[in-house]
Amino acid sequence: MPVTKMPDGLSEEITPGHPLIHLLQIKTKIFITDLMGFVRKLKHHPSALIGALLIIFFLVVAFFAPAVAPHDPFTGELSERLVAPSWLEGGSSQYVLGTDQQGRDLLSRIIYGARISLWVGFISVTISVLIGTLLGAAAGYFRGKLDIFLSRTADLLLAFPFLIFAVAVMSFLGPGLINLILALTFKGWVEFFRLVRGEMLSEKTKEYVEAAKANGQSNLRIILSEVLPNIIHTIIVLATLRMGFFIIMEASLSFLGLGIQPPDPAWGSMVNEGRQFMLNAWWLSTFPGAAILVLVLSINLFGEGLRDILDPRLKTE
Amino acid sequence: MLEIKNLAMAFETERGLVRAVNKVDLSVAEGEVMGIVGESGCGKSVTLLNILGLVPHPGKVLSGEIKFQGEDLLKKSKKEMRDIRGKDIAMIFQDPMTTLNPVFRIGEQIRESMRIHGLFKDVKGGIFKSARKHAEKDRAVELMKEVGIPSPETRYHNFPHEFSGGMQQRALIAIGLSCKPKLLLADEPTTALDVTIQAQILALMQKINQEHGAGIILVTHDLGVAAEFCHKIAVMYAGKIVEQGRTEQVMEDPHHPYTQGLLRSIPKISNRQDKIEPIPGGVPDLAELKEECAFYPRCGKAHDRCLSQEVPMFDAGEGHTVRCYLYG
Repeated sequence: MPVTKMPDGLSEEITPGHPLIHLLQIKTKIFITDLMGFVRKLKHHPSALIGALLIIFFLVVAFFAPAVAPHDPFTGELSERLVAPSWLEGGSSQYVLGTDQQGRDLLSRIIYGARISLWVGFISVTISVLIGTLLGAAAGYFRGKLDIFLSRTADLLLAFPFLIFAVAVMSFLGPGLINLILALTFKGWVEFFRLVRGEMLSEKTKEYVEAAKANGQSNLRIILSEVLPNIIHTIIVLATLRMGFFIIMEASLSFLGLGIQPPDPAWGSMVNEGRQFMLNAWWLSTFPGAAILVLVLSINLFGEGLRDILDPRLKTE
Repeated sequence: MLEIKNLAMAFETERGLVRAVNKVDLSVAEGEVMGIVGESGCGKSVTLLNILGLVPHPGKVLSGEIKFQGEDLLKKSKKEMRDIRGKDIAMIFQDPMTTLNPVFRIGEQIRESMRIHGLFKDVKGGIFKSARKHAEKDRAVELMKEVGIPSPETRYHNFPHEFSGGMQQRALIAIGLSCKPKLLLADEPTTALDVTIQAQILALMQKINQEHGAGIILVTHDLGVAAEFCHKIAVMYAGKIVEQGRTEQVMEDPHHPYTQGLLRSIPKISNRQDKIEPIPGGVPDLAELKEECAFYPRCGKAHDRCLSQEVPMFDAGEGHTVRCYLYG
C-alpha cells in the first residue's frame, strides 16, 4: 500500500477500503466483541444483571427528570399538603406517592433527588479515582520519600471514621453541593491510593515493566500505558462499590442538615424533613429512604458482579 | 562496536558491597555473536542490564566504561539512554509469558517500539495519523512473518495468552527487531522453552544475525547452546570473566580449571558414564569475596599464590585469555 503518497490532512477523500475505514472497522469489531463478551458474562450473574438494569433505570429517570416527573418538585399546592399515597385512604391519583408538608409531589421530588445522588456519587468518585490513582501510581512506582509522605498521610486520614470526618469538614466549609463533593473526596481518594499503590508495587516487579524500560519507554509512559491498563479493572470495581458508599454519605450529611440544603430535593434531607411527620405521614421519610436503599443496593450488586467478572483470580470457570 | 572496559558494579546491601560485576572486559564486533556462560548468580544478566543502564536498585556502577559505537553509555543522560534502548540496543528476555504485557494485543506491542522511537515519524497524512499507523502495522506484520509467526495478519490481533511459549518468544524477537537494532541482548532466551522450540528460536536468531548483521550477546547457562551459536565465549565466575576466546578455543581447549570443570560436568551420550563429574563445592558468597581467586576453594590445581593477590588476565595466545596463574 503506497501510504507515503497519501495527501496531507483532512482534504483526503475517504472511500470504502480507505485505511482509516479499515482501522475503524477493526476497532468497532473489537469493541463489539468485548461488549458482547461482557454482556454474556453478566448473564451468569443474575444479581449483577438486576443491579445493572436498576442503575440504568435510575440513570434514565434522572436524566429525563423534567419529562418523567409529573409535577414541579419545588412548588406545591398549599391546599394539598400531606396528601397520602394514591392507594391509601385520602390519596389522590394525581400524587402517586403523596405530597409533603408544603404540598409538593413526593414522586417528583424523589425523581429529581436521583439527579443529586447520582451526580454527587459520580463526581466525587471520579475525583477520588483520579487523585488516588495518580498519587498511588507515583508512590508505588517511585517509592522513596514521596511514598513515605503519601502513605503516612493516607494512614492519618484513615484513622478518622468517614462520616465524622466529613461532618467536621462540612461544618468547616459550610453546606452546599461543591463543599459536599470536596468533603467526600478529601478522604475518598485514600482508598484508591492504597489500592493502586499496592497493585503498582506488585506489577512493578513483573518482567513486562523491565522489558518496557529496555525498550526505551519513559517512566510516565510505563505507568500510564503499560501498568495502568493492567490494574484498571480493580480500580473500576472499587470505584463502583465506593460510589454506593458516597451516595450513602451524601444522604447522611444531607440528613444531618450539612449537605444539600432545602429546597433542593436531596433524598437525605427529604428523610430528615419527613421525620417530624412520621406518625401521620409515614410516606415522607419512607419513600426517599427506600430510594436510597434500592439505588445503593443495585450499585453494590453490580459492583460485586463486576468484581467476579473482571478479576481473573476469582474466576471459577 | 561494543566495548566494555574494566566494568565493575556492586549492590549496596546491609552486609556491605556485593560485587556482582567485577573488572569485566568484553567486546562485540559488528555482526558478531558473543556468548556469556556461567552459573546462576555469576553476574551474566546484570552485565547485560548494565549495558542498557538498567542496573536494578540498589546497584551502583563503580568504575569502567561501556563504549557503544565510540560513545560511553555510562556518561549518557537518561533521555539519551532511553533513545538508545530498544532502538540501537534491544533486549530479549528469558520468560516471554511475563515479558509481554498481558492486556495488549501482540501487534500493538510490536508497533509500540516503533512508535516510541519514531521509526515512521516522517510518514505523514491521513486523519489521526492513519498513514503512520498503517506503515507501522505493515512493518509489524512483516516482522511477524519474518520471525516465523504463521498467518500474521490474524495473529496481529491476538493477545499474548493466545500464543504458545515459542510463538511468544518469536513475538518478543519481532519487538526487538522492530527498530533495526545494531546490538541484540538475549538473556537466556530459550531457557523457558522446550528443546525443539529452543532449536527453532536459536536458528531464528542465527538467521537474524546473518541477514541483519546485528551483533548479539547471548547470556546462557547452557554450554551446548553457546558452543553451537556463538563466535566468541566468555566464561564468568563470581562476577569476573575467567576465560574468554573464540568458541573453538574455549570449548576444545579450555584453560581455566573452572571451564574445564564445567565441560566435564556435561553428560555425554557417546561414552556412557554412570556419573557425571561435578565441580566440588558451591558458588562463593559474593559479599565475602576478597581480591584473591574466587575459584580457589573448589580448584584442583590451586596454588598458594592464587590467594596472595588478584589474578590478572593472561594471554594464552591468539586472543584467548585466561584468569589463572597456570598460564602466567
